[in-house]
This record gives sequence, C-alpha cells and structure tokens, in this order.
Amino acid sequence: MKKNNWLTFGFQVGAIILALLFTTAVLLLAGAPPLQAYLSVIKGTVSSMDNVTNVLSAWAPLLLTTCGVLITFAAGLWNIGIEGQIMAGAIFTTGALRLLQNSSLSTGWILVIGFLAGLVGGAIWAALAGVLKIFGGVNEIFGGLGLNFVATAFALYLIIGPWARPGIASTSGTLMFPQKLWLPTLPKVALSPWALGVGLIVVILVYFLLRGTHFGLRLKAVGKNAKAAFLMGVPTWQYSMFAFLLCGSFAGLAGAIQVTSVYHRLTPAISSGYGFLGLLVAMLINYQALWAAPVALFFAALNIGGIQLPIVLKLDSSLSGVLQETMVLFVLLVEGARQQLFRKR
Amino acid sequence: MNSSSILLGLAGVLFGAAPIMFAVIGETITERAGIINLSLNGTILLSAMAGFAAAVGTGSIFLGFVAGAVIGALVALVVAFSSITLKQSQVAVGFVLTLLCRDLSYFLGHAYIGVGGPRLNAVPIPVLSRIPILGTLVFNQDVMTYGSFVIIFLAWFWIFRTRPGLMLRGIGERPAAAYVRGANVNRLRYIYTIIGGAIAGLAGPAFSLSVKAGWAGSLSGLDGYGWIALSITIFGGWDPFRAAFGVYLFAFLQWLGLVLQPYLPNIPTQVLQVAPFPLMILTLLLVNISNAEWVQRVLATLPEGTRRVVVKLLRALRASPPASLGVPFESE
Amino acid sequence: MNVELKDINKTFGAVHANVGINMKIPAGTIQGILGENGAGKSTLMKILSGFIRPDQGQILLDGRPVSIHSPADAIRQGVGMLHQDPLDFPPLRLIENFTLGHAGGLLPQQGEALKDFKKLAEQFGFSLDPEAYVDSLTVGERQQLEIIRLIWLGARVLIFDEPTTGISGPQKVNLFNALRILAKQGMTVLFVSHKLEDVEGLCDRVVVLRQGHLVGGTQAPYNTHQLVEMMFGKEITLGERSAGCAEEVILSLHEMAVEDYRLHIGRTNLDVCRGEVIGLAGMEGSGQNLFLRAVAGMVRTVGGQIVLDGQDLTGRSYHVYKENGVAFLPASRLEEGLVPGLTITEHVILAEESSGFFINWEKGRQLAQERISEFNVKGTPANTVESLSGGNQQRALLALLRDQLTLLLLEHPTRGLDIESTIYIWSKLKERCHQGTSILFISSDLEEILHYSDRVLVFFSGKVTAPLEASTLTTEKLGELIGGMGWPKSNGEGKPS
Repeated sequence: MKKNNWLTFGFQVGAIILALLFTTAVLLLAGAPPLQAYLSVIKGTVSSMDNVTNVLSAWAPLLLTTCGVLITFAAGLWNIGIEGQIMAGAIFTTGALRLLQNSSLSTGWILVIGFLAGLVGGAIWAALAGVLKIFGGVNEIFGGLGLNFVATAFALYLIIGPWARPGIASTSGTLMFPQKLWLPTLPKVALSPWALGVGLIVVILVYFLLRGTHFGLRLKAVGKNAKAAFLMGVPTWQYSMFAFLLCGSFAGLAGAIQVTSVYHRLTPAISSGYGFLGLLVAMLINYQALWAAPVALFFAALNIGGIQLPIVLKLDSSLSGVLQETMVLFVLLVEGARQQLFRKR
Repeated sequence: MNSSSILLGLAGVLFGAAPIMFAVIGETITERAGIINLSLNGTILLSAMAGFAAAVGTGSIFLGFVAGAVIGALVALVVAFSSITLKQSQVAVGFVLTLLCRDLSYFLGHAYIGVGGPRLNAVPIPVLSRIPILGTLVFNQDVMTYGSFVIIFLAWFWIFRTRPGLMLRGIGERPAAAYVRGANVNRLRYIYTIIGGAIAGLAGPAFSLSVKAGWAGSLSGLDGYGWIALSITIFGGWDPFRAAFGVYLFAFLQWLGLVLQPYLPNIPTQVLQVAPFPLMILTLLLVNISNAEWVQRVLATLPEGTRRVVVKLLRALRASPPASLGVPFESE
Repeated sequence: MNVELKDINKTFGAVHANVGINMKIPAGTIQGILGENGAGKSTLMKILSGFIRPDQGQILLDGRPVSIHSPADAIRQGVGMLHQDPLDFPPLRLIENFTLGHAGGLLPQQGEALKDFKKLAEQFGFSLDPEAYVDSLTVGERQQLEIIRLIWLGARVLIFDEPTTGISGPQKVNLFNALRILAKQGMTVLFVSHKLEDVEGLCDRVVVLRQGHLVGGTQAPYNTHQLVEMMFGKEITLGERSAGCAEEVILSLHEMAVEDYRLHIGRTNLDVCRGEVIGLAGMEGSGQNLFLRAVAGMVRTVGGQIVLDGQDLTGRSYHVYKENGVAFLPASRLEEGLVPGLTITEHVILAEESSGFFINWEKGRQLAQERISEFNVKGTPANTVESLSGGNQQRALLALLRDQLTLLLLEHPTRGLDIESTIYIWSKLKERCHQGTSILFISSDLEEILHYSDRVLVFFSGKVTAPLEASTLTTEKLGELIGGMGWPKSNGEGKPS
C-alpha cells in the first residue's frame, strides 16, 4: 500500500517536471528568456503587499468554483456550464444592489442580500442545466455551454440596454457602484476579508460534506455507479440535481464576490475564466478536497503573477494559463500511463 | 436592402461559414469512429495563429494552411493517444487541450498581433460565375471556400459510399462486430481522429488567412467557434450534409441578426448574434427528447393520430450518435 | 470440412474451463453440443472461432493442424460463428451489414453483392429485404442474415450458439431446414444448446460437456434420460427444508405478465409463504432474471398484480419495494451491485438505514468488520471492492443486506464461490428464513436448487412451470424441464416474431 502511494506521488512529480519543461520550450519558441519569465511571475505575486492581496483576492472566487465543481464531479457530472452560473450570480447580485442602493437598508444588509441574490442566480442557472440533462437527455457539457453563451448575451443586453451607463453606453460595464456598496476591505489594500472568508468557509464545508456526511457518500456512489447506488436506495436523479444546485450556488457566490469586491459593477467578462480554472484545479488535485485550497492558491498566484509579463517582458499573460493547463495535461497523461503500465498485476 | 446586396450578403454567409464547416466536417469524421475531440475550440485558435505565422514567415498561403492542418493533426494525436492507448476520459483530455491550445495561441501569437499578412483573394470560376444568383453565391468565392464546399461532398462520399467508409461506420456503431470482421479498431480510430483533426485544423487558417485576415489574439472573435462546431456536429446527426445545413443555418442566423440590427435598435448587436445559442440548446433538446422515458409515457397517452404524427416528427429530428462514441474498445 | 479438436485445455485463473477435450466432427454433420451453464461449451466454441487461444491442444481442419489468431482469421480459414446476440450493426441496412468488412477496393461492388445476397437468401428460403435496417429485424431474421453472410465469406464450419433462444416457431423451422441444407452441402454444423428437444430433433450426433470435461456422446436416435444423466450427473442428496406452506402468504403474484424485447412471460401465479425458499431454475436467458426483477419492482409488469404482505405494489418503483422490506441482489457485482472505488466500510454505511447528517466512521468501520467476519470476506474494511476477488465480492454483497427483510431476491447468489462458501452462505440465508424472510433465488446449479429450495419454478423460453415441491423433484426431471422436455403442451413459446 505505502509503496503504491509513493509510486503514484513520484509519477505526479514527474508530470509537473514535464510540464515545466514543456512550458520552458514554449517560452524558448516565443523567443523569451525562460528564467526571467518565471522570476517575473514569482515577483508578480510576492514582491509587494498589493500583489499578495491581489492573489488572495483572486483566491476567493477560485476556491468557490473549485469546491462547486468538486461536488458535481463527485456526482459524475462535467459542469462546463459553471462560467454561465458565475455570470448569472453576478447579474442577480447587480440587480439586487441596483434595486436596493437607494433604499433605507443599511449597506451591510444590502450586501448580504446581494450575496444571497448571487447564490440564487447561480443555483437557478445550474438548475437549468440540470433539468436539460435529467429530463431532456441533453449532455451537461453542451447544455452548460449553450447556457454560458446565453448568460453572456443576457449580461451584454443588460449592460447596453436597461442597465446602461447614463450618457455613453459602453460594453465595458455598468456604472460603478458607489463606494459604500463596495465590499469592505482591509485598510489600504484591495482585499476583502469577507470574500476570503466566504471562500474558506465553503472549502471547509465541502471538505466535510464530501468526506463525512451521508449526503457526500451517496453523491459519490451516484457518480461512480448510478445503478448500484439506485439499488442501494439512493434517489439518483434528485442527488444529481442537488449537485447542480449546490455548485451553482457556489458559482453564484463567486459572481457576487466579483461584483461587490473586484469590479464593483457588472462587466461582460466578469466570470474571468474562474469557472474553467476551477475545473482545472479539481482535475489536478484528483478531486480530493484536501488539496483544493493550496492548489487553488497556487493557480491564483500564477494568474496574478502573469499580469506582470506584458509589462516587464512584453509577453502575453496567457503564459500562466499555459503553465496551469500543461500541468493538468501531463498529470492526466502520466496517470494514464501509470495505470496502463501497472495494469496486469 | 436591394436584391443584389442581399445576394452578396448571402455569398458572404457561405464565405464566413467556411471555417466552421471544416471544423464540423472534421469532427463528424472523428466522432463517426467513436472518439470525441473536445479540443476543437483550442485547436482552431492555435491552427489559426500557426497558419498565419507560417504564411507570414514563408510568404506562402498554402504553407499556412498546411501548418494549420498539421497543428490540428498533432492535437488530435494527443487526444487519440490519451483516449485509445491510455484509456483516459476523452472529455477530460479534450477539455484541458482546448484551454491549453487557446492559451498557447495567445502566448505564441503575441508577436503577430496587428502584423499584416497575406490574404486569399476571390477566384471566380470562369463561365460558372456568370450564372445568375448561383454564380455569385457559389462560384465567386476564394479557394478556401471552394474547399469547404468540396469537403462536404468528399466526407459524405467517403462515409456513405465507399467500402472503408462503411467500416468507419461499423467501428463507431459496434466496434466488437467490426473487430470480428477483421478491423483493427484502435488503429483505425487513431487514423480517423488524426484525419478529422487535420481537417478541423484547416478551420483556423481559413479564418486568419481569409475571412478575417490577421491575428488579433483574444480579440479575434474566433474564441467560441470550436464549441459551436461541436454542437453543430451533434445537430448534424453525424451526416456531412445535415451538418452542412446546420452550419449554414447558424451562419445565416448570425448574418440575419446583423441585417436586422437597424430595424431593431433596442436590442444590442451582441444579443442578436448570440440568438442561435438558445436555438442550439432547443435543437439539442429536441434531438434527444424522444429517448426520455417520461416522453414515452406521455406519447402513450396521446390519441392515435396525433401520436403517429409526433412520433414521425421525433424520428426525423432524432440524431443518434455512433453507439460507441466515447467508449474505449478492448478486444479482450 | 472435417473438424478435429485434440486435447483442448483452457484455464481461467482457478477455473479449468476445458479439460482435455477431444472431438472429431466429419463434414456434412450436424453436431450437437449439450451442457449446463458453466460446462465449458462457450469456452470451447470461442477457441474454435478464434476469440481465445487454448492453453494446450490442437485444432485440425481437414486433417491440417491450424492456428487461429482472431475471429477474422477464423473466417478466413473457413470457421464462422453465429453468436446468441448476433454481432451486427443495428443502425445500418442489411446489405451494408452483409458487405461490411469484405475485402475489396475503394468502391463497394454493390451490384455483385446484392446478387449474391438474393441468391443465398433464396437458396435457404429466407425472406430478407436488403434495404431494410437491421434494428427493425427480429432475432431470427438477424440470424438468417448472419448465416448467408458467413457462407458468402466462405465458411465451411458454422457454429451456432444457442440459436433457438428468442425466435418464433416458424423461424425455428426455417432455421432447421437451412441447417439441413448446409449439412447436405458438406458444411459442418456445430449446434450448441441446452434445449433437448431441439438437439434431439436436429442433430446427427451429440456430445455432452460437464464441468469442463467431455463426458460422452451418442448418435440419433436419442435416449433423453441418458442425455440428462450425462448433462447433470447422478442423483443429488436433498437437504433440509420446511414442511410445506403452513405459514401465512407473504407474496402473492396474480396473473403477472412481464416482457422484454426477447421474451414474454405470461400469466404467472405464485404464492410465497413466510420463510419459504423458492428456487428459480433454468438455463440463462429463459426468463428467470426478468421474472425476478419484476418481483423487485425494477421492471414494469404488463399485466397482473404483485401483492406483498397485503399491500398491492403493482407498478410501484423499486424504492417503494425496498421500503417494504424487499432486497434485490444482482448477479453482476461490479456493474450493478457494488460501487467500484468505494471501500467496504463505505458500502456498509450506504446500505444501512442512516440516521443523522454526519457519518459515524468508527461505528461504520466496526459494523463493516463485523460483517466481514460474519461472512468471512477476505479483506479489510478499508479495501476497495474492486480489489476483492469475485467470490469475496459476492460475500460482500450478501453482507450488505439489512437485518429485517420480508423478501430476499437473489440473482445467482453463490456464483463463483467454492463449496464451503456456498454452504456457509446458505446457512446464513437459512437463518434469515427461520426469522421469517422469504427467499427467491436464481441458480444454474441444479444441486443448489434441489438442496435448498422448498419449491422450484423452472423457466424455459419464457414459460414457467407451476411451483414444484422440491422434495418430489428428481435431478432427472429437473434436467428434463430445464432442457425443455416434459412440459405440458400449451401456448406457444417465446415471443412471436
């Protein structure tokens, strides 16, 4: 048993090394100095307080989407529609804030309602994908994909139409919310402890949910063998639907954070790719919630660090993406190779 | 809008649809063999960038297309290797690759943004291009668009009218039976995945060397084409002609959105352009719905006449995927 | 073509599926191969048709030793096999199925092939429309297509694996006529079946396999008793059983009818008493699985009623049955019964009536350990189920059952287990019977059926006998019934097509 675990770990480390080699090759292909590129990414994350807090700010929504996706993966679902669910959450939050911003409620309450609205929005959007899958037989990948596009279109419509900025309507977003509606941050930095708090609470929640509850165990049974789960008495489609709702809620919260804490308005690209990134993190950690927090932090760091590249080295910031995705790819391939090599035991 | 500008507009639809056509036809072939290549979106972006870079570097548009096809084939090879030999989830590897190829295209293409490059010109076919209506629509296009027409027929002919094409269908439907008839299922799956990938790889340069020449990175508007192509592949029922219909329908609706824009000032362009997507979901729904159990039950309660009509309708819409799509094959 | 099998041996792990099989089949013969489930018939046929290679032994065709690498290789050498579920392509048309895989150039010679198709079909009296789609065909017609295809490809030896399961009476007549024509043309026909009447009516000679050995062979005309004895062996001692149905009726099936695309089981009546054990006997595919699943609420019945402990549960879902104390144990452990990737402890927790939100892992582990000891599962609570051997998986499945059950439905409960385990498991099951649980179980093992059942139902092609008292059943009678003989002549068999 022990030897097996060390072997697997060894393979995984090998995969990461391969990923680094590949990315270095890509850098060389682009005519860029690899060492300097890596250094500038690292600097971009730790060199200043601003950078560190930016990383932590990016960590929060990524934590939420990763955890959400861990739930749907447990149920055997590929929730590609998560980007749209973040968007839906953002839309609902913006709507709630717009409705209440001139009301007599205290800002604290307005923000709370905003968050709840985001949760509901994301859940509804996920429920749509769930219904399409369970009752319509539409694969959740394509259903989710289509819904992603629809959500973006809906956001654009709102941004240019009913929620347009007075004067010049711009596709860059709605009018910014007044400062009082910004999620309170720590002094002098752009990090909101509330956003981070929500993210960390959800991680802990999901960890215990999947590991220590009947719900989590049943969900896993549905994901791994729905027929056997059914025979053991698990109401399979209800569990699938609940997985969608839960993931959508978390995605919606991520959207809420983006609106109240990062952009302070609704923009067409508000989901910032956190949905897909969450899927990547989940794949990399092999769907084990224990590693969600550190790996998500690492990926968030890469994202933020990568912002330096265009400035310092005139390189595209998508290098971070390349590194992240290459890691997941090689882990997948190496894991597959390991399974095939050691199959005939 | 007068008739000649409508005609030109429609010719433009055929022109603009060419990239997606390559992608859809390529994916149809791959899926007919039983493999899903989910990396289409990334492949198209990467092949567009590579094609443009190659054309700029060598000055040859032809080499640009070759580069695109090579990229498509290489990515497809990774998909094939991971799915067939390593027996990993096709969705997982396709998903990672689609993101990776996209980011690779943005990163490696950074230096090419805004760079001027070669561009295909229209090559009207003598005599045929004078035919009223048809001439303008079909015979006054550039080489790449002609290619997109030809590939539909080639693919259809191969799949439905040749002996090896029959085997291709067999592999996708029931690899065990194909194996018994002497097919080396996994080797053929490799071949078709790579060929399909190469054809899909033509989509990129078709865009960056013709439809919207140049490389604009994340602003190129190409992001999303691959996902659309995957959906149209399903809508097309894995039949090149029906798939072509789906591609042109999609392109037409997008064009229509643009055309109707001035008459519907309240709705932003983006919304109209995205309108085909709810339609896509709807069609995916209709395509699958006849399989759902609750639908069968409802059907049983309908009166005879209505039921027969509904069943006929559902039958026509139904697109059954090759039965072994996504399932690895072991010859035991 | 003359076929000879010399000293064929094949082992799968601990199971010796074929033990030194020697057979000689001259050309122009229809050779019957009889045997129960697990006797080794399908292994032998898979070897001959190229699916698997023997560990030892030789195959000779027309006196030449040959080596058959794959099914495609087999047909090249003239050996063709018709599977019970024909390996064809349902969404394609008949003519396409016919030609698929045939060597040739880029363009199919559709015209030539069509001519050959029509000629062959006519020769055998098959009415097949080359333009029709295979998924619209009946099983019998799919067989006919496969026959002419194999002949077109040059088969001189044709193996038929249980060909008369699921075809109509008239189609069987067609099939037998075709086989006789083939034999007259010099083909060698191997007819693998468990149906005594078919084998007796069609085959020139018969060999019987039992537990991997070729125990004997005879020629027409046949003595049914002799065949049954060869297939099933001598008399078996009978075990303890309860003295008839003195208790209350716990399950009542009234005119229950159920069907799937192959079989139709009509108008069955059965009353099961508390604590009774009913054995469902018959060759696989005769309808027992369908029947059992209908009683579990997993398959919708098309007629009749199911009344459990006074409650009419007809048409309700499996979960309702479960709530009423019914448990169903499937035969395919990893596909339907267990969840690969989860440990024994996790299974135990899943199967238990859960109280509360959080899992009490300690209690779960303890319970799992108890169950493991109780059922003698070779494994620890932390083992994942797929790491267990087949036999231990079976025990694990049984170990997951809840304590108080009204009705226990078992699909092949001791398949893959050795004698000791079987006895141990049954002792546990009998304990439950004493506590009031009734059991319906499917088994291919006659000994198990006779030893543990109070009453027996025999299935054959969708027909069901009335419940027979096990104490009055002999091995021979049971074997006859399983082989389709000794049934009262009544309504037609199988599903009309």
